[in-house]
Amino acid sequence: MTFLEYMSRNSGLILELTLEHLKLVGVAIIAATAAGIPLGVAASRSAAFRRWSLGFANVMQTVPSLALFGFLIPVTGIGGRTAVIALALYALLPILQNTCAGIAGVDRAVLEAARGMGMTPWQMLLQVELPLAMGVILAGVRVAAVTSIGVATIAAAVGAGGLGTFIFQGLSMVNNNVILAGAIPAALLAISADAALGWMERRLTPRVGKA
Amino acid sequence: MNPKPVIELRRASYRLPGGRALLSEIDLVVGQGETLVLLGPSGSGKTTLLKLINRLLDPTGGEVLVEGRATTDWDPIRLRRRIGYVIQETGLFPHFTIERNVGVVPGLEGWNPERIRSRTLEMLRLVGLPPEELANRMPHELSGGQRQRAGVARALAADPPVLLMDEPFGALDPVTRAGLQREFQSLASRLGKTIVFVTHDLREALRLGTRIAMLEDGRLVAVHPAKQFIAAPEPEIQRLVDAVRDADRDLSYEEP
Repeated sequence: MTFLEYMSRNSGLILELTLEHLKLVGVAIIAATAAGIPLGVAASRSAAFRRWSLGFANVMQTVPSLALFGFLIPVTGIGGRTAVIALALYALLPILQNTCAGIAGVDRAVLEAARGMGMTPWQMLLQVELPLAMGVILAGVRVAAVTSIGVATIAAAVGAGGLGTFIFQGLSMVNNNVILAGAIPAALLAISADAALGWMERRLTPRVGKA
Repeated sequence: MNPKPVIELRRASYRLPGGRALLSEIDLVVGQGETLVLLGPSGSGKTTLLKLINRLLDPTGGEVLVEGRATTDWDPIRLRRRIGYVIQETGLFPHFTIERNVGVVPGLEGWNPERIRSRTLEMLRLVGLPPEELANRMPHELSGGQRQRAGVARALAADPPVLLMDEPFGALDPVTRAGLQREFQSLASRLGKTIVFVTHDLREALRLGTRIAMLEDGRLVAVHPAKQFIAAPEPEIQRLVDAVRDADRDLSYEEP
């Protein structure tokens, strides 16, 4: 049986696992963004908090992904929940770090003018700092999403499903068709996520030039 | 009759947390409608003094009064909205159009959109920026001089009684600079604002100031009416005047 035959015969399952894969990554990235941006803002305000939060996120990212899944199983069990938590912890660092760096990179003269005009700290954050940091923050989300799509293939090992299911199955069967049925969609998913988020990044980044 | 004091510093000092004094016991009064120039070399404490007035900094000794009230008794947000602030780098928001930049403070003050728009266009015309052409540009699409004009328009937009200007023309080429100084001079006399203007340029101080306060190393050397400044007896002032005269001599140098 050729690879294409295998693909067309199993297209329903491939689609299902692709959607499952996307769901794991999507939920994890939304959670990591929802946590990472506020934490990044807090980290940009306090040097002590920055050290702790970046330290924590760094450790999470350093733990090999399979080991991170392994650590979580005794706590959260087998399945999608464990995978989402591990992916979110993994995705936290680039989002947190970029939020912090994006805010730190806002021109000091702009901030001084904003403060001098009588903006409150909230107004400065929402009208000046976050909009100007948006490009850097979204770049962090993009890195996190692309990495997560790759890491999520391992989620099949903890029973969370996704395209890794094919890969692990194919490895145990020593069947290239089965491996590729997982690997190729996963790679395409990563490439298209990168392109789509890159497009969003350009759309949402204010056009500021060099003033 | 002296005009009513709008800003008053009483033995105001500012020390860094490490202990270094940036300003020591400054006594200074700025009257309604005058342009007081703070003149001094870099590091003399001019910018720090401005920041004491709009409460970007609190004095570590003495007090600073604005409209008769200590800045520490003012809500800093209310105080700053009554004081226009122009800095050398302009600090225009790079992600806002010029029109939106000028309308920031009226927007914070909750004006309705039509009133903001008409006020913004009026301010742009006032500082010589044709709104039809420039209102929708982004700051980086303007020249340095135009950006500085926009910065002045923004500071004036909510009609604050007080204007603080920190070397607003410092980064401009001499020709643009001279033009803006002339316009600023006529603008200042028409608007009747109380202005504190920081510069290290003696000529600019003489051209724009009603009175000139000389600062050195965080101390107030003296305050003189602009017309009497170059004849003032203080040695710090004479050193500065002599240095500027020496530089002028280079301009009139002719080939033998």
